[in-house]
Amino acid sequence: MSLKSKLHNLKEKYKGTKMAPAFNALHTFLYLPNETTHGGTHIKAADDLKRTMNTVIMALVPCLIFGMFNAGYQHYIATGAPVDFLSWDAFYVGLIKVLPLVVVSYGVGLGIEFLFAVIKGHEVEEGYLVTGMLVPLIVPVDLPLWMLAVAVAFGVVIGKEVFGGTGMNILNPALTIRAFLFFAYPTWMSGDKVWVHGAVERANEIASGANLDAISGETILGSLAQGQQSAYSIADMFFGFIPGSVGETSTLLILLGGLFLIFTKIGSWRIMLSSVIGALVMGLIFNGVVDAGWIGEGSKFYGLMSTTFWHHLLIGGFAFGTVFMATDPVTASQTTKGKWIYGFLIGFISILIRVFNPAYPEGVMLAILLMNVFAPTIDHYVVQGNVKKRMKRLKAKIA
Amino acid sequence: MSKDILIKKGLDIKLKGTAEKTSEKAILSNFYTLRPEDFHGVIPKLISKVGSKVKAGEPVFYDKSNEDVKFVSPVSGEIIEIERGEKRKILTIKIEADKTQSYVDYGAMDLSKADADTVKTRLLESGCWVFVKQRPYDVIANPNKAPKAIFISGYATAPLAADLDFTLKGKEKELQAAVTALGKLTEGQVHVSVGKSANSPLAELSGITVHRVSGPHPAGNVGTQINRIDPINKGEVVWTVSAQDLVIIGELLLTGKFNAERVVALVGSSIEKPRYFVTKIGSEVATMVYDKGISQDANARIISGNVLTGKQVKPDGNLDYYSNVITVIPEGDDYEFFGWNKPIFNKISTSRALTFSWLNPKKEYDLDTNTNGEHRAFVVTGSYEEVFPLDIYPMQVLKACMYKDLDEMEALGMYEVAPEDFALTEFICVSKQPHQKIIREGLDLMIKEIG
Repeated sequence: MSLKSKLHNLKEKYKGTKMAPAFNALHTFLYLPNETTHGGTHIKAADDLKRTMNTVIMALVPCLIFGMFNAGYQHYIATGAPVDFLSWDAFYVGLIKVLPLVVVSYGVGLGIEFLFAVIKGHEVEEGYLVTGMLVPLIVPVDLPLWMLAVAVAFGVVIGKEVFGGTGMNILNPALTIRAFLFFAYPTWMSGDKVWVHGAVERANEIASGANLDAISGETILGSLAQGQQSAYSIADMFFGFIPGSVGETSTLLILLGGLFLIFTKIGSWRIMLSSVIGALVMGLIFNGVVDAGWIGEGSKFYGLMSTTFWHHLLIGGFAFGTVFMATDPVTASQTTKGKWIYGFLIGFISILIRVFNPAYPEGVMLAILLMNVFAPTIDHYVVQGNVKKRMKRLKAKIA
Repeated sequence: MSKDILIKKGLDIKLKGTAEKTSEKAILSNFYTLRPEDFHGVIPKLISKVGSKVKAGEPVFYDKSNEDVKFVSPVSGEIIEIERGEKRKILTIKIEADKTQSYVDYGAMDLSKADADTVKTRLLESGCWVFVKQRPYDVIANPNKAPKAIFISGYATAPLAADLDFTLKGKEKELQAAVTALGKLTEGQVHVSVGKSANSPLAELSGITVHRVSGPHPAGNVGTQINRIDPINKGEVVWTVSAQDLVIIGELLLTGKFNAERVVALVGSSIEKPRYFVTKIGSEVATMVYDKGISQDANARIISGNVLTGKQVKPDGNLDYYSNVITVIPEGDDYEFFGWNKPIFNKISTSRALTFSWLNPKKEYDLDTNTNGEHRAFVVTGSYEEVFPLDIYPMQVLKACMYKDLDEMEALGMYEVAPEDFALTEFICVSKQPHQKIIREGLDLMIKEIG
């Protein structure tokens, strides 16, 4: 008996039982189901949610692999024994640090999804496939795994399941997870230690009296926020040879991922473009403020405010957030016009928060979460425009 | 007067099995079936009983909520079976046809003299009213409410649709009679749309406003055209008639006979030789689908209508009251290994997520009935809008129907839509939501609550 018919028989066996959703989730992962259309259209297009989600994951894989190399690369630079970027040494460190993050993220998240599906008797929806991939890419490499597990559990249950699961959530689940980590364990999510593997450990050793050099795990944003000059070139920022969250550093690969998403029509180019425009506008305003001499060099905002406006696109999590998080269709604006407004405001507010919050100079996460909350409001007004047009037509008729 | 309408948003679904432009007479069906279900919202009250003899054009049942609307037998014969379902709901009325057909004679009408009331009465008593549908709600028109305009689409863009230029050829006289008569029933215009490059017999008729339409499906849907020409406002009613039914209406007016003959396209990738048939409403599909069609044990789905909006019928089923297409496509009840992530070349997609139908827009596809995925919550946004040319927010309307907010449904434009307008969005839906069903239920709720 072939695998196909064996699985089919098992499916029939589980039908109607509590375990059916869990089995179906695994079964449909292997085989596109044998379901046929009933009522409505007799044919359907090729895309389903799994394919859509899978496309996003494919766009993320280069970032993940780069992140593994970069984790090791940054580690060896910081410890004073630089290795080649594309070396086994660098990759090995990245692999043993990053892979567990991925495993924990998927393990805990999908575990909870399965649990909810079985309890509530609905199918396992694919939303978490992307979230599970995003989460390890937006956390610091040294984040303790138990914290990640707690955060994922929080994010999936409070961020998504309580609203009714995939498609119903208001906030981007991956960012909910990151926000939880940020507010619950701030020392592990910000500062100048966590961004390079080994930095925290070394700091602890030094504190306990070991005679070693401290490792700097400072991000570019961190140093800029403190008014220092960034030690990295534009090329480093663009290609991603800088410290930061695991997958957010390489603007080049994010750009390629973004272009792939736009080409496949899975990601909204409107949100991505308008977000970049928003960020550039805010950057230009700040540059203008500095040029006008309103902010002196002594100001604590000077470092970031004077950053050339387009550099903002290369540093921090802006590019990653714009391409992969702001475009989440469930939490973004749903109307075409709304997407322009939503994206613009994300870019605009990201840079605003980045500049005015030196303690935690990364605004993208908060900007996207904020706009997630406002997305339905934006949509409401856009849709009202259509409604008003219809009312006007009616009035013109009556008059 | 002629106006051009260009539809940009939409999707032409090109399938294998277009009908060759030759028509043959279908084998005469022994049994004809009426299904009250074809007439949405109608509660049938029987006039005839099992065993009674009817002539072609003789009423068999009427609408309980509007007794004037009569439903007539397409043939003369004997009613041999009335099948009932739950709560004694009438499912089918089966008529065994006589060898020689006899017709009820309603008398020819002199259209130059007839007034609106005479026309209306004639259409009602002869069963031709059934072909006049109304918007809002996409149901048989309420004869007591005057329409602001009448819309007829002579341009078929649905996948594998019957070519109306071909099926209407030589019927100019009937078509003219029908549109002249319909023109008397409205103070507004009779809008007729034809394909831009087509050579439609409808284009030359008098007393109508012709619109030349071009663009992808749903450019040929009457709903798309109404939205462009003269959108429906709250409180207004428009009527729509399918072009092929004008022939039956016209013939009735000219000769006094209800002739249920219709040119039907037999199409689809499962059919060996797709072509046109001259047959009658309600006839058995078996009279057409097996000769140079499908084999008896084929794993195929027979659809009365097109692949987007038609009804599935069993091999012993029948042509429904409104369709002029019978589509037969393979069933897709099989698993596909890693079907959700491997590159797809043989299916249509509007995305490019490892789906490659964008490479070859002219290719004809052999699609089966597989859903290509499971039912999910709405996730993806912005894709419906690409294939939905109406000035309406499709996802917002669908959601309003799902949570049954009547005010919102009204404000968002439910008066203007019919389920068929949402066929394309349903086809491309990543979440495999039943859009047409959602809209139909929404409209039904509005009928019930608002009326």
